[in-house]
Amino acid sequence: MSGGVDSSLTAALLVELGHEVDGVTLRLWGGESDQGCCSVADVEDARRVADHLGLDHHVFNFGPDFDRQVVAPYIAAHAEGRTPNPCVECNRHLKFDRLLGRARALGFDAIATGHHARVVERPDGSRRIARGADGPKDQSYVLYMLDQAALAQVLLPVGALTKADVRERAAALGLRTAAKPDSQDVCFIQASSGRRGFLESRIELTPGRIVDAEGHTVGEVDAVELVTVGQRRGLGLRSRQEPSFVTAVDVAAATVTMGRKEELLDRDLTLTDLVWADRPASGPVLAQCSAHGEVRPGVLDGDVLAWDEPQLRVAPGQSVVLYDGDEVLGGAIVG
Amino acid sequence: MTPIAYLDCAASMPVRQEAVAEMTRVLTELPGNPSGAHFAARAARRVLDDARDVLSEVLGAGPGDIVFTGGGTEADNLAVLGAQAARGGTVVVSAVEHPAVRDPAAGLDGLVAPVGCSGRIDLDALAALLEAADDVALVSVMLVNNEVGTIQPIAEVADVVRRLAPDAVLHTDAVQALSWVDVAEAAAGADLISVSAHKFGGPKGVGALVVRPGVKVAARQIGGGQERDRRSGTQNVAGVAAMATAARLTADRRPEDTERIAGLRDRLADGLLAAVPDAVETGITDGDRSGRAAGLAHLCFPGVEAEALLFLLDQAGLAASAASSCASGAAEPSPVLAAMGVPRDQATGSLRLSLGWASTAADVDRALEAVPAAVARLRAAR
Repeated sequence: MSGGVDSSLTAALLVELGHEVDGVTLRLWGGESDQGCCSVADVEDARRVADHLGLDHHVFNFGPDFDRQVVAPYIAAHAEGRTPNPCVECNRHLKFDRLLGRARALGFDAIATGHHARVVERPDGSRRIARGADGPKDQSYVLYMLDQAALAQVLLPVGALTKADVRERAAALGLRTAAKPDSQDVCFIQASSGRRGFLESRIELTPGRIVDAEGHTVGEVDAVELVTVGQRRGLGLRSRQEPSFVTAVDVAAATVTMGRKEELLDRDLTLTDLVWADRPASGPVLAQCSAHGEVRPGVLDGDVLAWDEPQLRVAPGQSVVLYDGDEVLGGAIVG
Repeated sequence: MTPIAYLDCAASMPVRQEAVAEMTRVLTELPGNPSGAHFAARAARRVLDDARDVLSEVLGAGPGDIVFTGGGTEADNLAVLGAQAARGGTVVVSAVEHPAVRDPAAGLDGLVAPVGCSGRIDLDALAALLEAADDVALVSVMLVNNEVGTIQPIAEVADVVRRLAPDAVLHTDAVQALSWVDVAEAAAGADLISVSAHKFGGPKGVGALVVRPGVKVAARQIGGGQERDRRSGTQNVAGVAAMATAARLTADRRPEDTERIAGLRDRLADGLLAAVPDAVETGITDGDRSGRAAGLAHLCFPGVEAEALLFLLDQAGLAASAASSCASGAAEPSPVLAAMGVPRDQATGSLRLSLGWASTAADVDRALEAVPAAVARLRAAR
């Protein structure tokens, strides 16, 4: 229970279904944060909702694990000029490993979260994550790492509802979080100082050159680590004849390469750290390369995804999630 | 219904019935503000003065030395921040202080005196610190540690301070001590003594600081000048009265209570050491518990996470804590255990069981059932 409306209603729905339920709030980030994950006010909201529902509420402090498995890799990835997705790593290591393991050890049969996605059972008895009922709110992308063992013990009851339904039902139940705004962005990044503020107080940012495809210097950036492949704006370049995109980031050489859109188009994508819901897939798949990005068709052969049509380059470090229709087959990280 | 056992008395002690009765009486019968000038004010003031007499006797101080506060933390803050502000200079604290002392001292860039593996202060190291530091304003060493129960040799600390920093003020946080130790005797060498009512059978939110004659403490809370300008704000008259009642009873019954509770604690700790493989009693060598407060048992179970252990004990109807209740469920090992040199993998599986005047043999039986079962379950799940 994060203190938001989705996990609040999740708890209420579990009670309605007749489960024996305990509420748990994870304490993950101990540093400065905006109202969002892990603030004292959010823990209080979660506790008061649990009280309202007659549930015991507990706080599990996984702060050191979060630092080690989410925050430190996030910083390290940026230091290498990659573009990590910390929410994916938090789900992989904290919610569906650390918490699920703790829940098993304490004798619970399952954990439930407020993610907008569904767990579907296939004719052969295996399970997959599927897109939630509310398309724009779908969070199946950040749940691609769930395997059969996890899927057998994870419930996502709000995945069958739209966000509007969630708020309406929460309000009808008198849950105090019914109208609370959705959390935005990465929980440990503050809106006021942003990603730059977070990173520059932890690593030394590298000033660098902006070069064109032929290696001619066309400008400067004050922090190569903050530039993402595919980026168009924010580099302070005067508008040129044709739109220009970041095609490569090289922290060691302190350069950002810009190019025309055609130079950013790739025919295929090399994947690392592939994980599968059940068994490895190959052949035609649909791939989604960012949390709310579009789905593109391609053909998977081993760890290479060949696009049906050339696609804009995906930044190294991003997660690629592979779908069969609305169902998640698995996913990987862009190498 | 699941039988329950309350073994978290160091977090808060069950309130004595006599204290409840006294608090109720004062709340019901005495509406006056003790600073006023009429009969109702006089009646309230009389209650405060009587309580001051009781506290001063129990704590070995003069009635005018007692400053009533809103609890132990406020008394500790007033001692550390107030004494330092009154004259300036360096603050020195032990490495096992409660955050109410540790954090104000850290904010003043204070020095930290190490402890040995039993949690007892290293007097030689303290002496070296005092010799090296210039202009020491305050030394603070707690009488009984809130996590493991180590009793500090305040008389010996006082000797070192008088010899090497004669101008310094000595404070002792006696918040955990009153139930188990004759504070008047043990803290006779201290200039400032903090106590908190809810640790000895009084209500929460009321405490006191002993300030010996001639010791300067700058007020932290400014206003109407109550408590001889040392702590402004209308006194919690009913709470103070209940605190005095609890202090009187606690002191009167201390010899029998301490003996009875030490017996229960020994059975509890010995039983857990026997029932749980690899259990370690924190900071205890050769089973010698003579330097420990009677009510505390602190054990570490390697291979177990305290947070998960407390969850299972909670479900089994056993109230306990991992370290101090202020850090309950904290995943980082406590600074107290770190200062004692407890290895990290051991410290992460720490459990504090604390007994009090109301504890019974049945509570101990319950813990001897629940704790080994919970530890075994968590180890099996690894």
